[in-house]
Amino acid sequence: MLSKPKYYVSLRRKMVTAILLVACAPLFLLSGVILRQFNHAFREKMHAHLVELIQKHRQNIDGFLNEQLNIIRYVASSYTFDQLRDEAFLQQQLSRLQQQFTGVFEDLGVVEESGLQIAYAGPLKLLKADYSQADWFQKAVARQTYISDVFLGLRGRPHFIVAVRQAHGDRHWILRATIDFRAFNTLVENLRIGRTGMVFIVNQENAFQTRPAINIPVQRTLYARLTADGGVPRPDTGIIEEVSDSSGKYIFAGATLKNGDWLLVCQQDAADAYQDLHFAVKTTILILLLGCFAIITTAWLISRRFVFRIAEADHEVDLMNRQVVETGKLAAIGELAAGIAHEINNPVAIMMEKAGWMQDLLEEENPKTMRNIEEFNLSLEEIKNQARRCKDITYKLLGFSRKTDSRPQPVHINTLLEDIIALSTDRARYSGVVFHKTLRDDIPELNVSPAEMQQVFLNMVNNAVDAMEKTGGRIDIATTSDEEYVSVEISDSGPGIPKSDLGRIFEPFYTTKPVGKGTGLGLSICYGIINKLGGQIDVESEVDKGTTFRIHIPIRGQTSAEGPGVN
Amino acid sequence: MTANRKMKKERPPGQDPRWPYRTIRLLLVDDEATFIDTLANRLKKRRFKVSRAYSGQEGIQLLKKAEYDVVVLDLKMEILDGIDVLKIFQKMAPDLPVIILTARGSEKTAEESLSCGAFDYLSKPCEFEDLLTKIMSAYHTGKEPTD
Repeated sequence: MLSKPKYYVSLRRKMVTAILLVACAPLFLLSGVILRQFNHAFREKMHAHLVELIQKHRQNIDGFLNEQLNIIRYVASSYTFDQLRDEAFLQQQLSRLQQQFTGVFEDLGVVEESGLQIAYAGPLKLLKADYSQADWFQKAVARQTYISDVFLGLRGRPHFIVAVRQAHGDRHWILRATIDFRAFNTLVENLRIGRTGMVFIVNQENAFQTRPAINIPVQRTLYARLTADGGVPRPDTGIIEEVSDSSGKYIFAGATLKNGDWLLVCQQDAADAYQDLHFAVKTTILILLLGCFAIITTAWLISRRFVFRIAEADHEVDLMNRQVVETGKLAAIGELAAGIAHEINNPVAIMMEKAGWMQDLLEEENPKTMRNIEEFNLSLEEIKNQARRCKDITYKLLGFSRKTDSRPQPVHINTLLEDIIALSTDRARYSGVVFHKTLRDDIPELNVSPAEMQQVFLNMVNNAVDAMEKTGGRIDIATTSDEEYVSVEISDSGPGIPKSDLGRIFEPFYTTKPVGKGTGLGLSICYGIINKLGGQIDVESEVDKGTTFRIHIPIRGQTSAEGPGVN
Repeated sequence: MTANRKMKKERPPGQDPRWPYRTIRLLLVDDEATFIDTLANRLKKRRFKVSRAYSGQEGIQLLKKAEYDVVVLDLKMEILDGIDVLKIFQKMAPDLPVIILTARGSEKTAEESLSCGAFDYLSKPCEFEDLLTKIMSAYHTGKEPTD
C-alpha cells in the first residue's frame, strides 16, 4: 500500500465503479420500467373506472329523463285535448303525478300551436302565457318530444321543461311539464368520487345543467373537448386529463345525455385520483435510493477491504520474492564457491604431489655434497603446508555450498557456526574485529535447513562486523541448550542500536544502512526463518556498549518435524 | 621428515611383505596427466608397479590386457565419467579394489561411489601417506567392503 498508493487508489476506484455499474444500473433500469408500466396500468385502470362510473350514471340520468318524458307522453296520449284543456282535470292529473313522484313535477300546461298556454295547473299564474318565442317551444314543435335545458325562465328559478307534441285534428298541441330542478339536481349532486371528484351536467354551450358540489368556473370548451378527439366525434364517452386552471390538473370524463344535448361530466383532481399511484412511486423511489445507498456503502467497504487484502498480499509476495532473491543469491554464491573449490583442488593436488616428489628425490641426494638440502626440505614442507591451507579453504567453501540446500536435515549448530566464523574471519580481520566462541559440546543436532540457518547466522555476524567496520571490536558467539531449546547468542561490542530503532529492526525494508548498502530485509528474513521453526529472536542493545542477539530454536519441534518430511 | 627417515629403515611398501619378490600392481586412471605422472613416479620409487591411463577408455583397455591389484580412479573425467568406469571395472574384475581419488569431493559423490562398489574414497589434494595406507589396506583386504 505504501509503495504504490496511486495504483491502489485507482484499483479501488475501478472496483467501486464496476460494482456500482453492475448493481445499480439494472436496479435503475428495472425500477424505471416497472414504474412506467405501473404508472400506465394505473392510469388505464383509473380511466376505466371513471368511464364505467360515468356510464352507469348516464344510464341512471337518461333513465330519469326518459321516465319523465314517458309519463308526460302517457298523460298526453291517455287523454284528449279537450279533457286536458279543462284546468280542473289538468290540476287533478298534476296532483296524481305529484302524489306518485314526489317533488318532481312542478306544473303542467297545455300549449296551442301558436305558443299560447291554454290550460295550466301549478303554483304560478301562467295561463295565457305566450311561449311562441321560447326556445323550448320552438324545438318541441319541431320534434315529437323535447326536454329543454335548465333555464331560469319566467319564474327566476332553475328548471327545465319536458314537452310532448300531440295532434288534434290537423293542429298540434303540446303538453308540457316543468321538472323541479332540485329533484333532478339531487341525482348528480350526491355523486362523489374520492375526495375531490364530482359529477355535473353541462349543455352544448357548456352551461351547467346541475349545480356542481363545489363552485368551479365554467369550462368554455369542455363539451367540445370531451366529445371530439381531434375533430373526430367520440362514441359517447370521452376522457381527458389537463390543467384546467392554476389550481392544478384535473381528469375529466364525459358521457353524452339526451342524444348529445347534454354532457354528464365527472371531474376529479388528478392529485387525488392518483394518490395511490404517487404513494407507490414515492415508496419505490425511496426503496431505490435506500438500495443505492446500501450498494454504494457496500461497494465502498468491500473495495476497501479487498484492496487492503490485495495490498497486503502484494506486500507479502514482494517480501517473499526478495527473500527468494536473497536465498538465491546465497545459493548462487555457494555454487560459484563450489565450482572454484573443485577447480582449485586439482592444481593444489599437483603442487602437493610435486613437492612430495621433490622431497622423494632429495632423499637420494647426499646431504654432505648438497649444502642447502635442509632449506629445500623446509621449503617443500612449507609448500605442502600452504597446499593444505588451500585445501582447508576450498573445503570450507564446499561446506558452505553444501549448506545452501534448503531441505531440513540434521545440523550441528556448532559446526555451522564454526564454518561461518571461518568464512568471516578474514573480512573481520580487515575491520579489526575478532571472534570469541564459547560453543558447548552437548548441543543436540537440529533438524533444520542448513541453508536457512547459515543465512540467519551469517546475517547476524555480517551485521555485527558491519557495525564495527570502522571502530573494530569483538564478536562473542556462544551456544547453550536446555531441554527445549538450543540457544545461540551473538554479541558485539559495536555502537548499539538506539531505543527508537530497536522496535523496528525486524520490520521488512527497515534499514539504517546507506541506500544501496542494505535491503533492510536481512533481519526480517532471519525473523521469518526462526519464527517458522517455532523459535524466537531476542535483541538487547545499549548505545555505545553493544548489541546481543539471542536465537532460540526448539529441539522437539525439529524432531517432530522430521515426520512430515522434507520441505 | 620424520616419516622419510623411518621410510629408509622399512621395507618399501610397493612390495608385498609376505612375498618379498611380489610387486603390487597399480593402475592410475585420471585425466590430469601431470598429477598421475608425479604420483606414478612417487609410487614407483616405493617399488610399486604402476600403469597410467589418461582417460576412462584407456583404463578399460589396460585392464583388458593385464591384471592389477589396486586401481586409483578419478571421478570427474572428460568423455567417460569415473562412476561409469567404476561400474565397468566392477563387471570386468569384480574382485579388483578401486580407490576413488577426486577433486570434486563431496559427501554425495563419496556415498555414490561407495555404493557402486568402490573400496575407499579420498579427496584431492590428499596426503600421500594417506593414499599409501589406503592402497595397502585395499591390497590386503581385497575387495571386502569396508562400510
